Amino acid sequence: MDDAPVIEERAEDEAPQPPPRRIAYRHQLSTRVWHWINALTVFVMLMSGLMIFNAHPHLYWGQFGANFDHPWLSFRGRPIPGWATIPSTYNLAAARRWHLAFAWLLSVPLILFVVTSVLNRHVQRDLEPTADELKPSHIWHDIMQHARLRFPTGDAALRYNILQKLSYVGVIFVLLPLMVLTGLAMSPAMDAAWPWLLDLFGGRQSARSIHFICAALLLAFILVHLLMVLLAGPINEIGSMITGRFRIAPERPEP
Amino acid sequence: MIDRRKFIATGASGLLLGGCDRLNNSAGFRGLLRSAEKLTMASQRLIAPRDALAREYGEADLSPIFRSNGTRMPGTPEYARHAAEQFANWRLVVDGLVARPLSIPLQTLRSLPHRVQITRHDCVEGWSAIGKWHGVQLWRLLQLAGLSSRAKYIVFHCADRFGEKPYYESIDLIDAFHPQTLIAWGLNGHLLPIPNGAPLRLRVERQLGYKQAKYIERIEAVDSLGPIHGGKGGYWEDNVDYEWYAGI
Repeated sequence: MDDAPVIEERAEDEAPQPPPRRIAYRHQLSTRVWHWINALTVFVMLMSGLMIFNAHPHLYWGQFGANFDHPWLSFRGRPIPGWATIPSTYNLAAARRWHLAFAWLLSVPLILFVVTSVLNRHVQRDLEPTADELKPSHIWHDIMQHARLRFPTGDAALRYNILQKLSYVGVIFVLLPLMVLTGLAMSPAMDAAWPWLLDLFGGRQSARSIHFICAALLLAFILVHLLMVLLAGPINEIGSMITGRFRIAPERPEP
Repeated sequence: MIDRRKFIATGASGLLLGGCDRLNNSAGFRGLLRSAEKLTMASQRLIAPRDALAREYGEADLSPIFRSNGTRMPGTPEYARHAAEQFANWRLVVDGLVARPLSIPLQTLRSLPHRVQITRHDCVEGWSAIGKWHGVQLWRLLQLAGLSSRAKYIVFHCADRFGEKPYYESIDLIDAFHPQTLIAWGLNGHLLPIPNGAPLRLRVERQLGYKQAKYIERIEAVDSLGPIHGGKGGYWEDNVDYEWYAGI
């Protein structure tokens, strides 16, 4: 903190000085590299996947499902508009080339990140919720704070809050692995190599449905995530995901 | 302001999409994407035992209607004549890199030992149908013909045409000698219907639907796919850039 007299003196002709900036090292290199690979890959996967969906926009439960069977979700024509697909005009072959190439960029870094983050204890230290945090009263309190757009300040901003922990754990350990495994379950060669994939999801068409549902949830996560970055201060948030260094906002007294 | 914002938003999405479309049109980038096919094939072959079987289902799992796709009726006069004769004079030629080229009458082929399997047909578009196939294992035919050690691929020449171009497909020897790879003549207890490829079609159960060539009249053993038609090993591979390896 600056000396009090100095602040007093300056207060005569200008606003008081903000407290000195505190910078903390917030994101490790492995997290940052993985984040930006995903930032690219997830959009390519979603957009090329939506083009593949255009080829047969009907979803079924069970082992089989085609035009004469009963879908649980069905669209006419090619429902996904060109601005949301790769490529932007109908081309199943090209979309598959993109999707099946970038699938490697999604799955291999996912495995590397999970292994690294368990070994360097990122998961246990930063992502694993504590018993206290999991209490409904605590979760409700955090939800209300978020709803009022009151985000943590001071040292509390360095730790993930329970809503962040739950959504990151959900994406890293549930949604992304489900995307990869349901994707593999749609491969006839993988089904021969790993027949348990079919049993795990209850059939190829069920796997295809779960693949689509998880993609929708992932899109919902991305939209909320981007909104939160905007509300929490995009320059600091994005900067910290590039450099690792995070500027800590001064403590806000609890009301 | 709104207009400017709209302009910027449209511009940004246009840049992103335009970028993707431009990349998609670049031969170098497409080559990069295409290299993933080899990676996928090598990985799947690494983890799957050579004879790992595709799931076989029970009668209760059969699709009520096994839909057809692609050519449903080859339009040529020759095919129409064969169809009118109930394929009584259809022959299957096996030639290329073999010691004893064969021309097998359909009746003889149907009398050879056959396999029955209830398997799932997965279309590249995303749908699946389960059907019961009756057919001769391809390895038996290759053995009868005396496959040369120089052969690397088996090419299936079909009676149907897409536009002017003949349909054809190809697989490597790992799939050709797989126990579930059949030259099928029956579906769900009946002779193969015309929309599903009468009188003979391929079943290669660890790959997608477009590999399952229909209306097969000739099987050719080759050491390279390069000289055949467009050189990429199949009608869709040549004409719209589908993957030759369709295990995923």
